[in-house]
Amino acid sequence: MNSRERILAAIGQNKPEYQPLPEVATFQSDYPDLVAKFSEILRFIGGTPVLVADYEEAEKYIRQTYSDLPRIVSKVPALQQLATTEWDVIDPHQLETVDLAIIQGVFGVAENSAIWVPEERGGHRVLPFICQHLVMILNASDIVPNMHDAYERLNVGESGFGVFIAGPSKTADIEQSLVIGAHGARSLSVVLLQNS
Amino acid sequence: MMNHSEAAEKFTEDVDRTTWHDKTLWFVREKRDKAVFQIPEWEALREAASRIKHNALSNLDEYLLEFEQNAVKNGVKVHWAADGHEHNEIVLQILKETGATQMVKSKSMLTEECHLNEFLLEKGVDVVDTDLGERVVQLANEPPSHIVMPCIHWKKEEIGELFHEHLGTEKGASDPKYLAEAARQHLREKFMTRRAALTGVNFAVAETGGFVVCTNEGNADMGAHLADVHIASMGIEKIIPKARHLGVFLRLLARSATGQPVTTYSSHFHRPRKGQTMHIIIVDNGRTTQLGRPDFRNSLKCIRCGACMNTCPVYRRSGGHSYHNAVAGPIGSILAPNLDMRKNADLPFASTLCGSCSNVCPVKIDIHDQLYKWRQVLTAEGYVDSAKKQGMKLMASVLSNPKLYRFSGKAGRTMMRFAPFSVSNPLNPWYKQREMPEPPKESFREWYVNREKK
Repeated sequence: MNSRERILAAIGQNKPEYQPLPEVATFQSDYPDLVAKFSEILRFIGGTPVLVADYEEAEKYIRQTYSDLPRIVSKVPALQQLATTEWDVIDPHQLETVDLAIIQGVFGVAENSAIWVPEERGGHRVLPFICQHLVMILNASDIVPNMHDAYERLNVGESGFGVFIAGPSKTADIEQSLVIGAHGARSLSVVLLQNS
Repeated sequence: MMNHSEAAEKFTEDVDRTTWHDKTLWFVREKRDKAVFQIPEWEALREAASRIKHNALSNLDEYLLEFEQNAVKNGVKVHWAADGHEHNEIVLQILKETGATQMVKSKSMLTEECHLNEFLLEKGVDVVDTDLGERVVQLANEPPSHIVMPCIHWKKEEIGELFHEHLGTEKGASDPKYLAEAARQHLREKFMTRRAALTGVNFAVAETGGFVVCTNEGNADMGAHLADVHIASMGIEKIIPKARHLGVFLRLLARSATGQPVTTYSSHFHRPRKGQTMHIIIVDNGRTTQLGRPDFRNSLKCIRCGACMNTCPVYRRSGGHSYHNAVAGPIGSILAPNLDMRKNADLPFASTLCGSCSNVCPVKIDIHDQLYKWRQVLTAEGYVDSAKKQGMKLMASVLSNPKLYRFSGKAGRTMMRFAPFSVSNPLNPWYKQREMPEPPKESFREWYVNREKK
């Protein structure tokens, strides 16, 4: 018997009597204003929510805020004009020098301000992590209350890789002091489009 | 090897440090409370999680097969390891096939349990831990002292000194921001150059064959998405049946661990990226044995949040290393005896049985009941030292005999009054770090009987 068979046989012998799944495993969250809740949580975890009307305003905000960053990639078709360099490199290591990445999220979650980003939205899986700063574009109408709603909406195996991103990368490993900017993006702005 | 109480005694010699350690962890516990109080359905959520895990354990073989089948369909190579050694051999074999002699690793308590780093080092493979806290303890040649905050026992000045020595940071620097930045630069170079990456697994979904890795730093993703080979190591108990169950567990995990609403990154891996190979190693290492112990199998529900450690009055004041096991604290103390009863017989006694661990556990493991039950098992199996055993026997005979009990109480009070040195001396362990109380003039019983007469 190989290890696989041995492990499976041991489980078969030792597992407890069958227990059904719980009938109740999803819960509702009643936030009166999803955008407000999402923004409140995002601020709490070190991100910056920016409410704009449309792509035009989004572009203006990004130009103003990140004027000092030379290498910008944009994976958002409507904001292609902001790009100064290509995201479509052959080897993802070439993205090492990207200062700012602009990526469109699919939807956000109000209770924890996480945004779902499947690999298709980043082009390369590593892009939202390797860039120094990250801007995510999100339709304000695409915010669900909680994680149960999120998985309800999601077909999680559809993409080879997908990630919920909530805030900038961070660590508190040194004496529980919060430091923003660990190995992933040093900052995160979420630009919420109201008219879309 | 020192047992828990010896190691704890050494730890508490430094009173200020003990207090600091205690407060730091209590601070995390308080953050957890704040996060939890914002979720009105918290208790129902814990109940649901516990029952999902119960279902998973009761159907574990079927779910593992379903997981394997779906993972293989997704283009992932699945391996099975009966123990730590086989796991390590599989990792080495994959590295050999890849031609990699260097690897980056993100946090995986399983690889700590298997002593992977030591094994690979011996075989000439260079492993770099990329979680900041894990990098600190790795540079210091220590195991992590906490499953979520590996270097929680280190002060920033000491980390500054360590980084000065190994990373060339300024001498005397202790600003966490500066030190974290130095680690970012140092590890970025590793991410850019390593062809193999190993990550742990927080949840493996039977329904889809995918797995989820949760980090705040982004190190697992930096490693996995840049490497040619991604190895993910998981214990058999990481299985959850359905993708929608992730909603339950991701709501519980970070809130319980650090008080965050969710970790910064919850990464869902299903298929290797183009040109990459992805491996999953499913490890038993004693878990199937634990599954066969009805009193202790619930410990396999653990999602490794660390909440039981942060709340434990013994852990907070004895430090993670006093548990001499990859997983410390209350949960470690119910997992470790399963791996080696003789070596870990002291751990279930490293508890006051106050029950705080069970109260904060997001999957409702009856941790303190299991600690109590392990004591019975270990004593019956002869793993408890004879002094403790004899003491317990003596105490049992006194407590079961009212006359003897009354006499002993009276004798004790008289002794303390007329010969205080008989208890206030270093031979009495209760005298360590504390003053003995004034002996009461009468017992409760005497007071109760006399009260009528007055």
